[in-house]
Amino acid sequence: MTEIQLDPGIDREIDTSAMKVTDEVAIQITAMNKWYGSFHVLRDINMTVNRGERIVICGPSGSGKSTLIRCINRLEEHQAGQIIVDGTELTGDLKNIDKVRSEVGMVFQHFNLFPHLTILENCTLAPIWVRKVPKREAEETAMHFLEKVKIPEQALKYPGQLSGGQQQRVAIARSLCMKPRIMLFDEPTSALDPEMIKEVLDTMIALAEEGMTMLCVTHEMGFAQAVANRVIFMDQGQIVEQNEPREFFNNPQSDRTKLFLSQILGH
Amino acid sequence: MSDTHAQTVAFVRNEMIAPSDPPLREAGAVKWLRENLFSGALNTFLTVVSLLIVWYALAAIGPWLLNSVWTAGSLAECRAILDGTSGACFSVITDRWHQLLFGFYPPQYYWRPVLALALLFAALAPVLFTALPRKLLLFTAIYPFVGYHLLWGGSVWFPVSVALGFVTGYLVYLVVARVSTLIAIFAAILAPVFWWVFAAGAFDQAMTATLPLGLEFIRSDRFGGFLISLIIGISGISLSLPIGILLALGRQSDMVFLKSVCVIVIEFIRGVPLITLLFTASLLLNYFLPPGSAFDLILRVIIMVTLFASAYMAEVIRGGLAALPKGQYEAADALGLNYWKAQRLIIMPQALKISIPGIVNTFIGLFKDTTLVVFIGLLDPIGLSNAIRADTNWNGIYWELFIFIAALFFIFCFGMSRYSMYLERKLKTDHK
Repeated sequence: MTEIQLDPGIDREIDTSAMKVTDEVAIQITAMNKWYGSFHVLRDINMTVNRGERIVICGPSGSGKSTLIRCINRLEEHQAGQIIVDGTELTGDLKNIDKVRSEVGMVFQHFNLFPHLTILENCTLAPIWVRKVPKREAEETAMHFLEKVKIPEQALKYPGQLSGGQQQRVAIARSLCMKPRIMLFDEPTSALDPEMIKEVLDTMIALAEEGMTMLCVTHEMGFAQAVANRVIFMDQGQIVEQNEPREFFNNPQSDRTKLFLSQILGH
Repeated sequence: MSDTHAQTVAFVRNEMIAPSDPPLREAGAVKWLRENLFSGALNTFLTVVSLLIVWYALAAIGPWLLNSVWTAGSLAECRAILDGTSGACFSVITDRWHQLLFGFYPPQYYWRPVLALALLFAALAPVLFTALPRKLLLFTAIYPFVGYHLLWGGSVWFPVSVALGFVTGYLVYLVVARVSTLIAIFAAILAPVFWWVFAAGAFDQAMTATLPLGLEFIRSDRFGGFLISLIIGISGISLSLPIGILLALGRQSDMVFLKSVCVIVIEFIRGVPLITLLFTASLLLNYFLPPGSAFDLILRVIIMVTLFASAYMAEVIRGGLAALPKGQYEAADALGLNYWKAQRLIIMPQALKISIPGIVNTFIGLFKDTTLVVFIGLLDPIGLSNAIRADTNWNGIYWELFIFIAALFFIFCFGMSRYSMYLERKLKTDHK
């Protein structure tokens, strides 16, 4: 049997030297359930994420994958079970929620940059108002991360003047400015043209190379194979299968996974 | 050359075409005229008819305006000077302009409302133009007290003691906020109330006794004319925006009690004509107040006008809030901003920007609605025009007075409208 080789989406070798999974638990989800009204959207989710893991979550639309990662920073509320992020349990307690949110970065499908602020202001706003970092220091940090995502020259423009790919890279830089220990990506490339997908994936891979703990909801299977240490497949609000990417793509176990992969890989 | 490919089906351009100027017919005034005024038979016809209407209107009003009399002492004198020809009698304005502007405010103190107006512009400047130094906002903060003292006069210690209430609230907030923000907010509301109820009066009396500073006190019934329109209009405008924002946020809130209170307030006030609120202010409110408490009529009217405008404002701002994508709230949440910070830094700047036309619309409406106070006996410009006509000298004069009043209102309303357009241009960051 020939091994499936997917295009990682970038033209360079990936440096895996700093991608290390440690024993330290970053996120612990136990018996978590969520309903939208009477619709049972997440069913008995159990999941442990260790620090340094790069997890890709995939599945058909409506499978609850976005809802799952949105529960991790409480953009969605879960009704049963337990979510512990960096030792802080997510409950109705606003203090805990704010604490988790300031430690967990999130990148959205539609970027959600603040259109009335410049790129630089987008990046410095949360550090200044949440972390109480002095303005100059926040600006230095912001420029550092904007250089990292390769758009320092756009710092004084407004989001409306940037292309989709550039906006998404700003959104990543904005999250990084809060120095998060965990990054969540909710379909970060789904709203982008193919040319722009590449530049965003490049940024995400660079982040993985630095050892960031990442959870990505994405359909970029090339990215999953190249970067992830674990792929989770969800359907109907439950985790159907999870495995390391090589096994996941070459030797899927459940029929549902096989069907999904055959559709998405276009064979 | 591109024609070398003419006979082949496959095509490769090897020379790009440089841009050139459009033909003369497609540029400049000729194009504009043709497209906008004479683009077809119907439009040409409409253009000609419009020009004729404008011409007839000017021909009718022009001589009347140009042939106006400015120096007569009464309408009869005007008519004698005009001697049967058509002409406006603006003498009524030169004779009575001070009444139209100030009402029965004592003439020797006209400098006080004039100074108050000049200082008002100084206080507004840093709010309207963000390029000015932010320190100037300090003057904006104390202006209401300065303005009150200039207009009404009396002991200087009265506005000072009221202002000290706000200072107390702020200081209490600063101290208690170290413990808990929520408690600090309550304390910051309660502390000034305690100060005003129990200490402010004594402070005022004691200070007035030891250091009697102040201006001559002018009773509210001496106020009138455009002065009263401006006092009510500007107080209403500056108070209704913050109250409207709070009502809009309350209506969006998850807290059921708060939400219902806001909905009831908004719907009740919007459902009632302003004139009934004004009659309530002038007639009914006194029945509910303890006997002997003199509650200034202008103040009562300001409260009612403010409430009325706030309800409209709340709905205008709710429209702006509804237009914001959910992603903006989520991005603010995901970055760890709390509710008030998210509102102040992310949501409100955008929602207010979207609502600018509606907000200014409400402002202009409120400002013109101030003329309704004539029905509860306040002498605004309309009320004074009636009073002026009651004088035998000017009995029967309408147009000239109303033109003057309309011009005054137009200047302010047009100014607001222009400013809002400037603001929209300045805040435009979407580059569409």
